[in-house]
Amino acid sequence: MDTHQVLQITWFLIIGFLLTGYTILDGFDLGIGVSLPLLCESEGDTKKLFTAIGPLWDGNEVWLITGGAALFAAFPQAYATVFSGFYLALMLLLFALIFRAVSIEFWFLDEKRRKLWMWTYSVCSALVAFLLSVTLGNIVFGVPLDYQMNYIGSFFTLLRPFPLLIGLLGLTLIILHGCSFAILKTSGQTNSRAKSVAATVWMFHVIIAVASVAAAALVLPESMTSPWSWALFAVAAASITSFRLLLHGERDGVLYMTTAGAIVSFWGIAGLQLYPNLVRASEGFDITIFSASSSELTLKVMLIITCIGIPIVLGYTVYVYRVFKGKIVD
Amino acid sequence: MDAVLLSRIQFGINAGFHFIFPPITLGLTLLIVIIETKFYLTREEAYKKISSFLIKILALVFSLGVATGIVLEFAFGTNWANYSRMVGDIFGAPLAAEGIFAFFLESVFIGVLIWGRNKVSPRVYLLSAFLVCFASHLSGLWIIIANSWMHTPAGYVIQHGRAVLTDFSAAVFNPSTLQRFFHVIVGGWITGSLFVAGIAAWLLLKEKSPVYAKKLLGTALTLFIFASLLQFGTGHAHSVQVARTNPERMASFEALWKTQKGAPMSIIGIPDATEKRTHFEIAVPKLLSLLIHFDPDAEVRGLDGFSDDVLPPLLPVYMSYHLMIGLGSFFAFLSMLVVIFMVLKKLHRQKWLLWTLVLASPLPLVANEVGWISAEIGRQPWAVYGILKTSEAVSINVPAAHILFSLIMFSVIYLILGFLFLKLLFKIIGKGMDDVAAGY
Repeated sequence: MDTHQVLQITWFLIIGFLLTGYTILDGFDLGIGVSLPLLCESEGDTKKLFTAIGPLWDGNEVWLITGGAALFAAFPQAYATVFSGFYLALMLLLFALIFRAVSIEFWFLDEKRRKLWMWTYSVCSALVAFLLSVTLGNIVFGVPLDYQMNYIGSFFTLLRPFPLLIGLLGLTLIILHGCSFAILKTSGQTNSRAKSVAATVWMFHVIIAVASVAAAALVLPESMTSPWSWALFAVAAASITSFRLLLHGERDGVLYMTTAGAIVSFWGIAGLQLYPNLVRASEGFDITIFSASSSELTLKVMLIITCIGIPIVLGYTVYVYRVFKGKIVD
Repeated sequence: MDAVLLSRIQFGINAGFHFIFPPITLGLTLLIVIIETKFYLTREEAYKKISSFLIKILALVFSLGVATGIVLEFAFGTNWANYSRMVGDIFGAPLAAEGIFAFFLESVFIGVLIWGRNKVSPRVYLLSAFLVCFASHLSGLWIIIANSWMHTPAGYVIQHGRAVLTDFSAAVFNPSTLQRFFHVIVGGWITGSLFVAGIAAWLLLKEKSPVYAKKLLGTALTLFIFASLLQFGTGHAHSVQVARTNPERMASFEALWKTQKGAPMSIIGIPDATEKRTHFEIAVPKLLSLLIHFDPDAEVRGLDGFSDDVLPPLLPVYMSYHLMIGLGSFFAFLSMLVVIFMVLKKLHRQKWLLWTLVLASPLPLVANEVGWISAEIGRQPWAVYGILKTSEAVSINVPAAHILFSLIMFSVIYLILGFLFLKLLFKIIGKGMDDVAAGY
């Protein structure tokens, strides 16, 4: 294996790391967003939850932005294929990201329309979680490409049953993760509502997860042969089971770790299915980390930037999370 | 309409709307650092109120900057996929570096600034303000690096039709990076400082929180005076660089029809590409030669020195460039006026001057936009100067109808956001500074 290949594999892992970080961190404010109408009975409840995520969500979203930019820098061919190919879906995603980014600020300032901004945040959060999961479902499942790596399907090609199922899997996992965080950050009524929402969504999530594994066995049979896949399935199952067992307990921190663990295994499974592809082709040639990557020099320079930058980012992120730790009091 | 034109309009609207907010952030965060430093040193409650007021405005401006900025990162892939394939080896890296070094820092510590006044020590709070300011400037640097590479590409070779990186520092510090960086940053300081000065002047005129407003006005105007004069230097340096690296653009900026010694500088006029002359032109003889070459008799290449297929559309480039220079000159004039009345200690009583500041406060935004238009349209027909034509940079598999749909979607979104931004901004300003506290 030459240096270029080592770098290509390293970058596959780094992008996986960034997207996993995004899902664990922004996942909780997405999940709180989705379940917001169920968690809040009064403006006071909404204020509590927005106060819990307000100082943190912005930094969390940068994980997605950096992940996207890293994909652009390291694998421009894959970035170009996915972003141009999934054009309408991504425009819808942008619509949701834009309104999500302003709605917390608008909720606080625009007091007469707080219901509207609460619902905006909620619907947009659901759209973001669902659309990103459907996108992942599609690149794992395979999309039709021409010989120049251009996507040749339509918008509706993206809405095939398997990717939609992955969309629901991601969405329900994000809701559980959001509930974990809501339980961690609140007490009283909001806390118990988060527990009951989590209990209901948990059942849906388990059903969808079982259906997804069954569907994967049918449509991607080779995915079931790797022992690593099975190990990760086991971690996912253990995480989700312990989530349910711990839900009504007192150990909120551990509860949060269970959904985070499920997210890590979710991305691990997706990464294993994909590798060495970045976009699987249902027609045409797969886009692999070897065919889509930037030059050795670019990957090297970017690796230096990452090795300097990411530890610093992790350091101050941990610091700021500690500043804002603890339950929100009225 | 074809996909190229629609994609260009869409990118223009996306970037143009986004570019309202980051320049305000540059100047605004700098003012917040200055005022927080004064608060840290003096412990005077007034500075805390003033800073908290500015942080409230910053929170609003920043949320719109983030919301509209994500669109641009997507746009290179969605609408300009061939561009991404051709130059992604070089262009992606500064965007990723921006995320890792700057945007993370800015976004994490802006949370502390908005929500954490009572949760961290005064020293950490001041540090957070400094880091947000530093990161917003660093963010600007990486974005300017990426954009400058499109104007003056360096540090690459073409292999199999694609640009491949050969020298990272040559690509980063390409011939226009620093000139453009300083010009844009100082433009941001002018924008943020006049924006804040306008707000403070309005509060004074309405006699809301007048004591705080006077202090704020003084600080904002000091930055404004400094920045608006400094901008002559950065603007000059940038123009000299354009004349050197992209001479056909300088010829278009000035509508200099013929290559000549002792070239004049056009002050105002209407260039006519069919008749090849500038109507109603007022020009200063020999000034262009003097400014570019420090020699009033030096030769400057005119439009006749270039073939038509590498020239940008003349009228919008000429007009936007001259409007920018006109506004820049106006800012310098305004700052001189302010200096006079500050020295006389009569500033707060000159109602006409305070109203002028209020009405002038959005004008730097116009200057930013037309400056950026002159640069980007000035680069046409190229997406990357000399390497890739804009017409060859688009995504070939996105139908025009889809782009039309998204173009309409963005237009509607921006109308709504623009309206709400102004409405909520006026609401924050209307409450004044007496009862303000940062965060919620």
